[in-house]
Amino acid sequence: MQHLIEMSGIKKSFAGVVALQNASLHIEPGEVHAIIGQNGAGKSTLIKILTGVYRRDAGEVKINGNPSTVSTPREAQDAGIATIYQELSLVPLRSVTENVMMGYEPRTRLGTIDWKTAHARTREILERFGIHIDVRAQLGSYSTAIQQLVAIARAVSLNAQLVIMDEATSSLDDQEIEILFGVVRELKKEGVAVLYISHFLDELYQICDRVTIMRDGQTVGQRVIAETTKLGLISEMLGRDPEEIEAAGMTGLGGETTEPGRPLFEAKDISTKRGLKSVSLTLREGEIVGLGGLLGSGRTETARALFGMDTLRSGGIQNHVVGGNIRTPAEAISAGIGFLTEDRKREGIVPHMSVRENMTLALLPKLKKMGRVDRKRETELVERFITSLGIKTSGMEQPIRELSGGNQQKVLLARWLALEPDVLILDEPTRGVDVGAKFEIQSIIREYVDKGLGVVLISSEFEELVEGADRIIVLRDGYSITELENPGITEESLIAAIAHHHDEGARG
Amino acid sequence: MTMQNKPVTSASEPTAFKFEWSMISRHGGVVALIAILLFNILITPNFLHPQTLFVNISQVATIAIVAVGMTLVIATGGIDLSVGAIMALSGALAPLIFTSPFAEANPELGLALSIVVPILVALACGVFNGALVSLLNVQPIVATLIFFISGRGIALVLTNGNLQTFTNPAFSYLGTGKILGFPFQGYLVLIIAACVWWVMAFTVFGRQLLAVGGNERAAELSGVPVKRVKIGAYVICAGLSGLAGLIVVAINSASDAARIGNLMELDAIAAAVVGGTLLQGGRAPIFGAILGAVIIQLVKYTLLANGVADEVALIAKAGIIVLAVYVQQARKE
Ligand SMILES: Nc1ncnc2c1ncn2[C@@H]1O[C@H](COP(=O)(O)OP(=O)(O)OP(=O)(O)O)[C@@H](O)[C@H]1O
Ligand SMILES: [Mg+2]
Repeated sequence: MQHLIEMSGIKKSFAGVVALQNASLHIEPGEVHAIIGQNGAGKSTLIKILTGVYRRDAGEVKINGNPSTVSTPREAQDAGIATIYQELSLVPLRSVTENVMMGYEPRTRLGTIDWKTAHARTREILERFGIHIDVRAQLGSYSTAIQQLVAIARAVSLNAQLVIMDEATSSLDDQEIEILFGVVRELKKEGVAVLYISHFLDELYQICDRVTIMRDGQTVGQRVIAETTKLGLISEMLGRDPEEIEAAGMTGLGGETTEPGRPLFEAKDISTKRGLKSVSLTLREGEIVGLGGLLGSGRTETARALFGMDTLRSGGIQNHVVGGNIRTPAEAISAGIGFLTEDRKREGIVPHMSVRENMTLALLPKLKKMGRVDRKRETELVERFITSLGIKTSGMEQPIRELSGGNQQKVLLARWLALEPDVLILDEPTRGVDVGAKFEIQSIIREYVDKGLGVVLISSEFEELVEGADRIIVLRDGYSITELENPGITEESLIAAIAHHHDEGARG
Repeated sequence: MTMQNKPVTSASEPTAFKFEWSMISRHGGVVALIAILLFNILITPNFLHPQTLFVNISQVATIAIVAVGMTLVIATGGIDLSVGAIMALSGALAPLIFTSPFAEANPELGLALSIVVPILVALACGVFNGALVSLLNVQPIVATLIFFISGRGIALVLTNGNLQTFTNPAFSYLGTGKILGFPFQGYLVLIIAACVWWVMAFTVFGRQLLAVGGNERAAELSGVPVKRVKIGAYVICAGLSGLAGLIVVAINSASDAARIGNLMELDAIAAAVVGGTLLQGGRAPIFGAILGAVIIQLVKYTLLANGVADEVALIAKAGIIVLAVYVQQARKE
């Protein structure tokens, strides 16, 4: 059979730093193919070469057996390759329809955009995914997950032969992932190939046929997924012995539940105009409190309220560290609260700035020494975190936008850890982080917690929540409805708590 | 975990400086400058005459000073259209003050006031601009349009639309003074540029300003006082414009509110862009802006000295901006 995509001997360096050396990728028509590898292994770069975002330094790319002439993303789309990038690249201030149709708008006979057809077509495309939303509303008014699905819908609508999803599921909940998988299977039936990048290995076994494994810019293996084990994949990806990995265990958040210390804050019946109705929660020193619930249940909204991003409409937060009200993020930070956002690109990184400048952004006021930034202390601190979090970068002066997604996430985590906060709100802290690093990040968080840090943890991975949290507050529709306590929480009991109250809500 | 980290410990201080120069050369500004110089040496009569140098230095100074301020504002993701009008306002105020009876009686105090008061007024305009942009969320182009339109009007009202001429050697030193044979304002430009560069490279404010321009949302969530930082940029820009207005008046020993700083906003924006400032914010190459100002000035001079009409000179300037923006966009890995 002829390959749909054949990439071989691909080399790519950025300003002398090697990102890819001898990478290859073979995709058959109509298969679901996965790429796995650690953060910075070169997965996104390989794809961007295929889609004309970057030019390769050496190597060969063939599409349907013919040398590829693709040199811009637009040409890739026209050649039947649709891509959903790791970083969302939609326009939040425009309507859903505009985002889906961008560049391919239906025209009237006068040459103007035919909005009626455009809206109708958009609605039709989205309904195929089971998304029923107002297509005239601004895209930005919807959650990240919905935006992600819209991006996928757009890509699929462009009559592709190959749909590439670079960590498309990292912000989706179980239900939405099911919807997505449904679409992937549908595509496969229609003969469309799907290239799927993910750090969730379990997902691969559900939908993928074959997997390409990358390490340090090289393709180190290609396997039929049914013939592999999860442990085998991980060991090949990390280049380590399976036994060694097994011994280390897979979740780093769990630890001895020690007696929690003095209370850090108490939020009582808080509500905001962003859909929070009545949430109560307390956090004490040295404990991790998880927020459980479905997407839209108010988890991120709770975090925003605690961090002073949204003003409270009612209820109150009593802060035992400083006392007094928190009205802005700046006040929250000086009260010892940190917030790792779930939206890395829009709310996290300052793309032009270096790793160093990004890492110390929140810490700047504390680094002031005689009117200037204490560069010596800054450099030492950044160096320390680069080493302790294992951030893969060519140096602290490298612009953060050049780092792989997972490494950007580590820099942002360091931004908050460097502040030595009393309270750290983590919204999807290990999103986009590879299995090895995820364990490390979780262990680091645990280490800080053991020293007295209080953590509010939001995670769409139930495993992380169940094993990591000392208590889980279950949210639904903006209300906190129940609280589960560890030890004793299992994924089943958490799901039951969420579902049970959901049914009850439907009845009442 | 296999470690690929090379914790590169580049010595901390010189990096910002190196960065800035590499940026300039990358944007072809230096190349353009050399081309213009060569062209002039070959074509323009008397180009190598010292007098030519002095004329150009004294004229580029105002563009450069304003361009430095503009660079800061653009780095926050904004723009300031009011710089020319603020120049006119401060330029109109100064002679009013030192020709007043009070100043005639107290020459030293009068001189000091005629410099301090116009600059304070300019700073106040900056506070106004910044407050509109950051507190009321008015689009920068609209917010600064208010003074763009009214500032010059106020200046004309203050002076009854008259040309004010004066003889005041002390004040005129700002525009005609010489140190070691070079115009005073040339030194002033270098000092200002060095100070602002230092602020941008080494202070918390400078870092925060670039962060605001680079990603305002992220900056806010990291506790950066976004509103204060933005107001700061507009205030600095307005203050420098005020100073530039004084220099223009001092050069001419006359103040014509209708003409001071006319079209300066365009020159300053052009200089900033040619110098490598990104219009979407996040970058502030201060010495780049100076280089940009020099290029803009030399193009003006070249065309003027070779008898090309003013209107054509405007088109040439537009061409340079387009070229500079194109060079910025065209880079691809
Ligand atoms: N524009 C760029 N300039 C410089 N270096 C880059 C650039 N883009 C990527 N790199 C480097 O290339 C390497 C591979 O990055 P890439 O984004 O492909 O990793 P990845 O496998 O997708 O990782 P992740 O799982 O974290 O998304 C990284 O070391 C990264 O720093
Ligand atoms: Mg990636």
